[in-house]
Amino acid sequence: MKDLPLTSTRGGASNAATSPTGWRGALLLDKYSVLILALLLLIAIPALTGAFRLGLFAKYLSFAFCAVGLVLTWGYGGILSLGQGIFFGLGSYMMAMYMKLEASSNDPAAAVFGGSGPPVPDFMTWNSIDKLPWWWAPFEHGWFALPAILIIPTLIAFVLGYANFRKRVGGVYFSIVTLALASIMSIVIIGQQGYTGGVNGITNLPTFMGYSVQSNTATLIMYYVTCVLLLCAVLAGRFILKSRLGKVLIAIRDREDRIRFSGYDPALFKGFIFAVAALFSAVGGAMFTLQVGFASPSVCGIVPSIEMVIYAAVGGRLSLVGAVYGTVIVGAAKSFLSENFVGFWVYFIGALFIFVPMFLPKGLAGVIDWLRIRGQVRQDKNHGGAQ
Amino acid sequence: MRPMILAVEDLTVSFDGFKAVDGLNFYVEENELHVVIGPNGAGKTTLLDMICGKTKPTSGRIEFKGLYLEKMLEYQITRAGVGRKFQNPMVYEDLTVTENLEISYPKKRDVIGCLFFNRSEAVRDEINRIAAMIFLDDQLERKAALLSHGQKQWLEIGMLLMQDPELLLLDEPVAGMSAKERELTGVLLRKIAEGRSVVVIEHDMEFVKSVAHKVTVLHQGKKLAEGRMDEVQNDPRVIEVYLGH
Repeated sequence: MKDLPLTSTRGGASNAATSPTGWRGALLLDKYSVLILALLLLIAIPALTGAFRLGLFAKYLSFAFCAVGLVLTWGYGGILSLGQGIFFGLGSYMMAMYMKLEASSNDPAAAVFGGSGPPVPDFMTWNSIDKLPWWWAPFEHGWFALPAILIIPTLIAFVLGYANFRKRVGGVYFSIVTLALASIMSIVIIGQQGYTGGVNGITNLPTFMGYSVQSNTATLIMYYVTCVLLLCAVLAGRFILKSRLGKVLIAIRDREDRIRFSGYDPALFKGFIFAVAALFSAVGGAMFTLQVGFASPSVCGIVPSIEMVIYAAVGGRLSLVGAVYGTVIVGAAKSFLSENFVGFWVYFIGALFIFVPMFLPKGLAGVIDWLRIRGQVRQDKNHGGAQ
Repeated sequence: MRPMILAVEDLTVSFDGFKAVDGLNFYVEENELHVVIGPNGAGKTTLLDMICGKTKPTSGRIEFKGLYLEKMLEYQITRAGVGRKFQNPMVYEDLTVTENLEISYPKKRDVIGCLFFNRSEAVRDEINRIAAMIFLDDQLERKAALLSHGQKQWLEIGMLLMQDPELLLLDEPVAGMSAKERELTGVLLRKIAEGRSVVVIEHDMEFVKSVAHKVTVLHQGKKLAEGRMDEVQNDPRVIEVYLGH
């Protein structure tokens, strides 16, 4: 191996991983953790569940993109964003705009209302808007919509983040800024019914690039696409954390005042990682809309944004893989509780938000780390070689 | 006289009307080890804070190699070649000794450069060389949080060595160290001072005597005396406000 031994980037694990075997073990488990996740997602879950449950899983997994992004920004960058729903929503709505225009172009009634211009979506005509707004028009084309989903939220996040971090707005103040923006976003969407579909969102999206998204085959394909993209996000996150940039992030999180005197501009790094998280969230949002067939203000306001933070916290805010498990577990609990005890869900999520940081600051991944360290210490004792 | 590397002229900073540094002129020559002493509240740390950009002066100029530092941001000043060690050891506790040194490597400090940074042979050699200099070559994979106070001070000095600044600002580098550590640090400092200029704040007079080329005494934000240690030591004003007790 060319590199010097690097200790695991997983917060708690590396304390015990000072011996060569220790860090090698930690690295291996790190490596396997992605493999195990991949096997679970790509083989075990599709084999064990039917189409309905699979669709539900895919829905949770699209939120996992946000949780993975939060591990990077919050766990390592120290930026607690309470507005990841903004970027999830942007991805979701842009995907919906593309699919809606596609649906409208196949709808003879829409063509009539559009007059000489492009067809106008049904909800616009209900709101007496009979000409497609200019900023809707380019989303007719897939070659515009798909790159836009990737680029626009990333750019917005970078500019927003950099402007704030440059002025040294950070910590809880930045959290409040993101919270306010998430709130504004849902207010604007609900208020501008003619352009956004209002509180109902954009619905009735049967096809994507000419293919139906409602068949069982489509569900299966989209599930796999979501899984592969999510695994790519996890791997990209790992690459970032293992690089020197990952160390700089930790340094910024713990001592932002010091890193400037190592010659780094923290605003740039924080802006970058915030933009990466936004990119992940937007991809998640797009996959969400593709699979559930709608975009709605209910997935981009304050409540979903905070839920995303809880997903990351439960899984472990220092563990990329943990964030995925956290999302699925809390998401499943949400479905179960809100089906069986209506109204109880909000208390449950509130309690989680208090108890997890108090008693499990590193989430489920922290518990696993703790078990492994205990096992290692025991093993070392048996070999008579206490460190 | 050797050429100047740093020229601080007419520097004033006022915090709510209180002038922590007041019309100060302060010069550092190339390759000089310049010690700043003075009673508490004399403005020593504030002076270093202004040179490295942590505090913005109210008025005055700080010229370093033709650059006006008072107009620059901290990271730009660092990149220009000024290194700062704070009074309390400020290391990245969640990173290992190696990683702390690697982060201080003065190249590729932009986002893309860091993302694709390759720990090359040259970087590793440099890390190992400096780790040996700061007596931490057997602690490379240890988290900085687990080091002793003195070791953290050394690590921070090592991080500065890695940065390889032309002007090094040290704030009480032997504070809180044992006698043995103090002695080793003295040796280390003399080694560091080779080929660069150093400004040190220190209270330990024995230590100052052993390292200083030139001493400046500050009092209430103004310069009280300046010269060689033996000159300063015998200055009646200095004895009255600082050394006398």
